[in-house]
Amino acid sequence: MSAPGAGSGVVVVGGGQAGFSVVQALRGAGYEGPVTVFTDEPRLPYQRPPLSKKAHTEPEGLGVDLVPETFYRERDIDLRLGEYVAAIDTAACAVTTGSGERVPYEHLVLATGARNRPLPVPGAELSGVHALRSLDDALAIGRALTTARDVVVVGGGFIGLELAQVARARGANVTVVELADRLLSRAVSPQLQEHLRQRHERDGIRIHTGTAVERIEGKGGQVCQVLTGQGPLPADLVVYGIGAAPRDELARDAGLAVDDGVVVDEQLRSVSDPRVFAVGDCARHPHPHADGLVRLESVQNAIDQGALVGRRIAGGAAGPYESLPWFWSDQGPVKLQIAGLRASTDEVRVVPGDTPERLAAYAFRDERLVAVETLNWPAEHLAARRLLQQDPPVSPADLAGATLGALARARRTKEVRA
Amino acid sequence: MPIVIFELPDGTQRKVTADAGTVLMQAAVSNGVDGIVAECGGNASCATCHVYVDERHGELVGPPNDVEDEMLDFTAAERRPTSRLSCQVQVSDALDGLVVHIPEEQV
Repeated sequence: MSAPGAGSGVVVVGGGQAGFSVVQALRGAGYEGPVTVFTDEPRLPYQRPPLSKKAHTEPEGLGVDLVPETFYRERDIDLRLGEYVAAIDTAACAVTTGSGERVPYEHLVLATGARNRPLPVPGAELSGVHALRSLDDALAIGRALTTARDVVVVGGGFIGLELAQVARARGANVTVVELADRLLSRAVSPQLQEHLRQRHERDGIRIHTGTAVERIEGKGGQVCQVLTGQGPLPADLVVYGIGAAPRDELARDAGLAVDDGVVVDEQLRSVSDPRVFAVGDCARHPHPHADGLVRLESVQNAIDQGALVGRRIAGGAAGPYESLPWFWSDQGPVKLQIAGLRASTDEVRVVPGDTPERLAAYAFRDERLVAVETLNWPAEHLAARRLLQQDPPVSPADLAGATLGALARARRTKEVRA
Repeated sequence: MPIVIFELPDGTQRKVTADAGTVLMQAAVSNGVDGIVAECGGNASCATCHVYVDERHGELVGPPNDVEDEMLDFTAAERRPTSRLSCQVQVSDALDGLVVHIPEEQV
């Protein structure tokens, strides 16, 4: 008797960047078994990063499909749009869909992503109060921005600051309200937080840090003002981005280990069941650059984890997951890029770039470079990504008076000569 | 609409239709051409859409812009004289028949 699910192929739950990356890698590596993708949105998998960087009122303007429909058809990928998975039966190796269909699997990949944390204040349900995750959310915000004059952005994180710049570019009065004392309080070094604040304020965005939103008030069901710890702010549009939580309830309900994300090993397999993998925003995993387990919400992480699992299932070579984390956020005229994982205890050195718009922050731990944040300096970011993955590690002395770009060029020249 | 040919490292060719007014990277991604990763979605942020323009077409496509030029020093595969980031190459009817070569690695 064969094992349950044998020969029944791969079921992927989630049609975001991570789920797409899984199926692309599966077929790319020659996997010939059945591949089924469930995505609860009724449209082709799309890219999310553009959603927060421009205002759009039509989906065509965003142009965000990852690939056209023919891609899936030509590769015999059964893409189930608008269908969700309601339950996983790990003993029988099968999922049950929202409409009651039972679909067996040999390998199950959870790529369920994350959902926005709700804004826990009275009035959050008013018309004109938006969060951003889906394409439909982006279109709703884009439409609101065609007439909005007073925009309040709740949350000074990546999404909030990107949207603040989008709204400002449309000519709206924009105020960012952040509960913490700083913008991007955990995401970037304190040195860059202050620099970014000045940049955004220079563009006319008002920033209230250390400020709580107490309630949102409306007139006739439509938002009209936001009451904060520093007083009322007029608002005809409120957008909030106050973090996300992993969609891990399917795994939890199936008895798989969950701890703010599906807990997986360095192969990205559930620690509870070797037939189940988790990738992208929903996975909590070990990483060679981190102490303990981490959960990373980034395009890079979604793509690289998806690709690793796709290749592994297809039988190809795939070591542990150890891709260098990197990230970007385009905040109006500011292109912020991060390579590596910085810890709050790292020593940070800020270096001006070769133009006034450019800046780099180098984070060192135990005398070695571990992370690099750059503003408007993609070449330095790329040099950081090269050097952070090479031996020998970069020491503070290596960077005395030099950029990573110069160091990378010098090392490459040496390699060529050697 | 212009036809563009992507040649993979193993020598196989993918002939795809590109839309004038878009960028070369988009034609590769939309047609599922392997080897153009484009992690950043065409933002000149990641250098994972690196291509070598065929030497016969180097002048037609032209040189990289300043930001791209700096980034090309740090691509995963070696830089060559005709290296470009395909997200920065505008497609026009003049590029009909263009051949670009995809490097061994992007990441």
